[in-house]
Amino acid sequence: MIRDFGLLEVLTILQGMWTTLALSVVAFIGGGTFGTLVALARTSPWKWLRVATAAYIDFFQGTPMLMQLFLVYYGLPVFGFHVSAWTAVAIGLTFHASAFLGEIWRGGIQAVPKGQSEAASALGLGYIDRMRDVVLPQAIKLSFAPTVGFLVQLIKGTSLAAIIGFVELSRSAQIVASTTYKPLIAYGLAGAFYFAICFPLSRASAYFERRFSLKT
Amino acid sequence: MSYKFDFGVLLPYWPQLLHACLLTLWLAATAVICGFIIGIITVVARRSGLMFLRAIALTYIEIIRNTPFLVQVFFIFFGLPTVGISFTPWTAAFLALSLNCGAFSAEIIRGGVDAIPRGQFEAGAALGLKPLQVFRYIILKPALRVIYPALSGQFVLALLTTSIVSSISAEELTSTAQLLDSDLFRSFEIYIVATLLYFALSTIFSFIFKGIDRVFFSYPIK
Repeated sequence: MIRDFGLLEVLTILQGMWTTLALSVVAFIGGGTFGTLVALARTSPWKWLRVATAAYIDFFQGTPMLMQLFLVYYGLPVFGFHVSAWTAVAIGLTFHASAFLGEIWRGGIQAVPKGQSEAASALGLGYIDRMRDVVLPQAIKLSFAPTVGFLVQLIKGTSLAAIIGFVELSRSAQIVASTTYKPLIAYGLAGAFYFAICFPLSRASAYFERRFSLKT
Repeated sequence: MSYKFDFGVLLPYWPQLLHACLLTLWLAATAVICGFIIGIITVVARRSGLMFLRAIALTYIEIIRNTPFLVQVFFIFFGLPTVGISFTPWTAAFLALSLNCGAFSAEIIRGGVDAIPRGQFEAGAALGLKPLQVFRYIILKPALRVIYPALSGQFVLALLTTSIVSSISAEELTSTAQLLDSDLFRSFEIYIVATLLYFALSTIFSFIFKGIDRVFFSYPIK
């Protein structure tokens, strides 16, 4: 049966938007947590740890995000973890985000002048105090704009969850498109919703870039 | 863990996988080149004196950059036929990827053009060069050097993005992997191999582009 494109259809797509937002927030928090570890490992004093993290980052930057999701989705059951599509997608996106955020924050950490951490060492601050009180506050400021920029990438990336059947914004548009047979409106509307989320973030990223990039 | 890995089943299919890699490369290369041309046109439109041209260029860039590629592909492949414009999966994939690369290239190219001091345009105009000549010799060439790293990164990104067009069953590496998956039921092995192939392709091309950069763009500027 072909349905009309009514309020119910718009609400279905809107529902998908909330799932997209929830997924993005979970992936960003998870990716941020592991990304911090990746960034610290990437700038650590031990060479083997730096090399290992560099390989980790290279892998995620050199393979398609869709393949990363496929590997988690089909790989977890192989290792005996039978999880829902939600969990699989959240884990996949967390890995992906941790590599990209780790690389962005590594840049931020290394952009803080070396004299700062040397001065902190000279004052007798240990690694944790040095990072927490001296280096990271400045690094966060420097990498704020690219972090918000990556958030836009991540939100757009959540659409790939639709391909493995997870119902978020793109997938709900797909469902509406096939029940109403009005793909132009369905995908147009989904695009508009993504735009409504991503455009302000893109502008914010550009604003932070102007605001924070020149002053160190 | 009771699962037994078996990569051997994939061995007879290597010609198919190789062909799929070439299709992926071909799609990425044509789309990036086409996207670069679209990007140049967009930048020219953004700098034009006509308000509506600037508005069109800006709208195009913002819409493409702030919506997912998947939705763009679906819009072109499933949406446009309802208003009488239909494509084969491959054409739709090529078109979507070109338009996508076009918007990102436009931003990269704009960054390069902005990096050139204004006095240089004025000097060109003062020498009696026509606007197109100014654009070609004074803006494009030095700008190309500035934007080369970002532009070659764009190719690698496009290479990875092509995997998404498998969702409209355009034939490339990911859709070939999905096809093999439905024949062999060895999802994990197949996607590991496909992922490694993508990784190999992107690593090889990053390496080649770095080499080109060192050979052609390493002359001193000041």
